[in-house]
Amino acid sequence: MNENLFWIFISAMVINNFTLSYFLGLCPFFGVSGRLTTALRLGLATIFVMVITSLCASFLNTFILPYAPYLKLICFIVVIASTVQFVEMVIKKLSPALFRALGIFLPLITTNCAILALALFQTSREYSLVQGLVFALGAGSGFTLALVLMAGLREEGELSSVPAIVKGTAINMILAGLLSLAFMGFAGLFSSG
Amino acid sequence: MAQGDSQHVDAARISQEFIKGIWRENPVFVMVLGMCPMMAVTNSAINAVAMGGATAFVLIGSSLLVSLLRHHIPKQVRISTYIIIIATFVTVADFSLKAMAPTIHKELGAFISLIVVNCLILGRQEAFASRHPTRLALADALGMAIGFALALLCLGATREILGSGSIFGAPLFGEHYEPWVIMILPPGGFLMLGVILLVFNWLGQRSAARRQAREALRAEGVIR
Repeated sequence: MNENLFWIFISAMVINNFTLSYFLGLCPFFGVSGRLTTALRLGLATIFVMVITSLCASFLNTFILPYAPYLKLICFIVVIASTVQFVEMVIKKLSPALFRALGIFLPLITTNCAILALALFQTSREYSLVQGLVFALGAGSGFTLALVLMAGLREEGELSSVPAIVKGTAINMILAGLLSLAFMGFAGLFSSG
Repeated sequence: MAQGDSQHVDAARISQEFIKGIWRENPVFVMVLGMCPMMAVTNSAINAVAMGGATAFVLIGSSLLVSLLRHHIPKQVRISTYIIIIATFVTVADFSLKAMAPTIHKELGAFISLIVVNCLILGRQEAFASRHPTRLALADALGMAIGFALALLCLGATREILGSGSIFGAPLFGEHYEPWVIMILPPGGFLMLGVILLVFNWLGQRSAARRQAREALRAEGVIR
């Protein structure tokens, strides 16, 4: 059982990294990865939203959705939007500086596909409450890891001389491609087990 | 917004709103929106077409509804209202595709549901459909949908040709072709989009340079 939980965590974090192998959450991945500190904090906020979403999704899956499967998407998205609203208020109260630094990307966590995907994957793989929580932690950590790595690369990239023609999004895409290539190396990690 | 603004909408304006989504403000190549579904499903041309069609349905349907309801939606809850409208259309698209093309639905998996959080769709509701009369909103949605679908097809076809040596499942090169497997794997999506954006940057820079050269000549009186 414990081994199983560990496997879920590692798999969501590095092997099937949400951002680099499933292309989820790319908007914040490219939008907020300009500075290392901001990237880390957005990552932490995302982990928090993911954990709450996972809890709510387990609850919905047990009590409501068996009776009304067609409401799945609408339920999930409403839950996510409310959680994000809540996190936004907390951050605004506790750290106005961070609130300004995150700017538009904080409310946009709502439309971060990684979070909705988390709820959907959790449903389709029929995870239990604990498994779902571990999955959320792993996926959130993986997203944060990718975001921080990308921010580090981009901070370095600003100091080097990049040809004018690839500046901006094009070079970021190619950086992300290389990062994703590196993460593919984790693919064989658990193949025998 | 003035009452009765729809009377001022002429055909030229409609076609202008339609064209801009396809090229000048192409959602993918110029504005870089809606990337998540784009890269995840473009490992073959047929998936790209299915995704493009589903997105087009949702975008056009919700633009129409939002634009019709634009005087009735309270400002404070507009985003939630848009999301619920979009989620409704996505549910319809999801169930229809499941019934009509189960294999494709299985291959696209969760990504059909994830159209809900495609920033392109929410962005068009907030930036355009909620402020313009229905005909303009429809033209805009149609243009954006076609632009998005074309971009998907462009990426999907390139990745399929390079990565599997086929197009729409039909082999292209004969059996001596060694496919670039990396192109249908995740990194290929990032690399290919990077290359396409690079080409777009190059085209943009070239046309800017030409415009500048022409204006310089005009200033000297060489051409008129």
